[in-house]
Amino acid sequence: MNTVLALSQIVIKELYRRKDFYVLFVLTGLITAVAGSANFFNDDKIARYLKELCLLLIWLSALFIAVGASARQIPAERENRTIFPLLAKPVTRGQVVAGKFFGCWLACGLALLMFYLFLGVVTGSREREWPVMSFLQALWLQWVFLAVVIAMVLWGSVVFAAPSSNATICVIAVIGIWGLGHYLNRVAVQEPEPLRSFLYVLYFVIPHLEWFDIRDMVTHERGLVPWWDCFLATLYGAAYSILFLFATWVFFRRKPLSQ
Amino acid sequence: MTPIVDIKDLRVEYRQNALGRGRKVKLAVDGLNLVVNQGEVFGFLGPNGAGKTTTMNVLLGFVNATSGSASLFGVNVAEPIARQRIGYLPELTYYYKFLTAEELLRFYAKVFGLPRSETDKRIDELMKLVELEEARKRPIKSYSKGMQQRIGLAQALINNPDLLILDEPTSGLDPLGRMKVREIIQRLKSDGKTVFFSSHELGEVETVCDRVAILHQGMLMAEGRVDELVQKYQSNLEQVFLKVIGYQHG
Repeated sequence: MNTVLALSQIVIKELYRRKDFYVLFVLTGLITAVAGSANFFNDDKIARYLKELCLLLIWLSALFIAVGASARQIPAERENRTIFPLLAKPVTRGQVVAGKFFGCWLACGLALLMFYLFLGVVTGSREREWPVMSFLQALWLQWVFLAVVIAMVLWGSVVFAAPSSNATICVIAVIGIWGLGHYLNRVAVQEPEPLRSFLYVLYFVIPHLEWFDIRDMVTHERGLVPWWDCFLATLYGAAYSILFLFATWVFFRRKPLSQ
Repeated sequence: MTPIVDIKDLRVEYRQNALGRGRKVKLAVDGLNLVVNQGEVFGFLGPNGAGKTTTMNVLLGFVNATSGSASLFGVNVAEPIARQRIGYLPELTYYYKFLTAEELLRFYAKVFGLPRSETDKRIDELMKLVELEEARKRPIKSYSKGMQQRIGLAQALINNPDLLILDEPTSGLDPLGRMKVREIIQRLKSDGKTVFFSSHELGEVETVCDRVAILHQGMLMAEGRVDELVQKYQSNLEQVFLKVIGYQHG
């Protein structure tokens, strides 16, 4: 566990020293501040639109941070050859995968915390109320979403040759699943065989990332998601993350590393 | 007595496909048998492409043997625990450039599970040994090549290893840097440590090594004590090397 923690600390240090996160945070802040300063159509409920915009930016920024950071972890270790002195120590490839995953996930968690604090300040200053539990639920479920995404991207990083192609494919796949995944069963009903079966299988195989997205509930103040549902969603996310990490380990384990 | 390094009938074939399957492309090591005993400084020689680095890669677990076996301290190299008592210095410096020297050593100390108090003491000792005390808080990316090689040596020694594997440790270093590395190897030898290193600097090998092995096209061509080989071939180590690999003048 020491090794996994040490590796994850390196990932976090790299992320905050690379400054990618600061750029996205400043951009999110700027866009939200500019949008918030405008008074569209003299609408008193501008805070709601602001919250919606801010949440969308948080989701997109966090997604890009997670994909960008995790796509380069293992390829950069190989390209910069830092993997050699590392694996020459009593470190297994499984620990490398786990360390990279936890590092990226914890770093994304810290980024999310900052983003949600900012959201709290923005909405609090407009609406004079602080729906802390609602924000906490949204943050937690988004963090679980990011765990699945990070594990998926890590798997992609040992399958695809270039980090950029992996990042592009993963962003498209994640946005596709997130936006369209829950329509697959409805599409399947209208299609002939064997496409129908294929779409049904796909519907049940893909991780339903849209389940973690409770932006509408936060924006329109529809109350909290039942805690039991939150727990089940966490288990669902954990299962997919473990599955992707296992696949990453299987691919990475046998990969020869020639200097 | 268990040998520190024990290689038996090692054969390594590089294959085309990334997963290690597919058609054969190159035979890198062919039927290598080698034993390194405790306290020895062992020179691993051969022209470029002879299979030295591949053999080291097998010992370090980077590459799997096609057949045969390799063990460190009697433990199969496939087991990560086999690397608990070794230090490794790669030919070129490959470290996290965004870390400072101190952070890098602290990271590797954590990987070895060293307690914090011991880590602090060890880092101080090593910084002094490699003469980087002044630069310990600077990011590695600001280091010169010689300084990077020295921090490499420090990371290889962080766990006070019983076996040091050095891949061309003096490559690209100035005469002062080379002398420093030689001094460190000799100090380790006097402490009873085992050193296994590859080098093209045959004069240096002759000075520090007890035994050498000469590899050519993946096969072991000669092995023995340096003085015995020199006596057998009636020439210096460089001439021995050239004769063994079949090089003919003109």
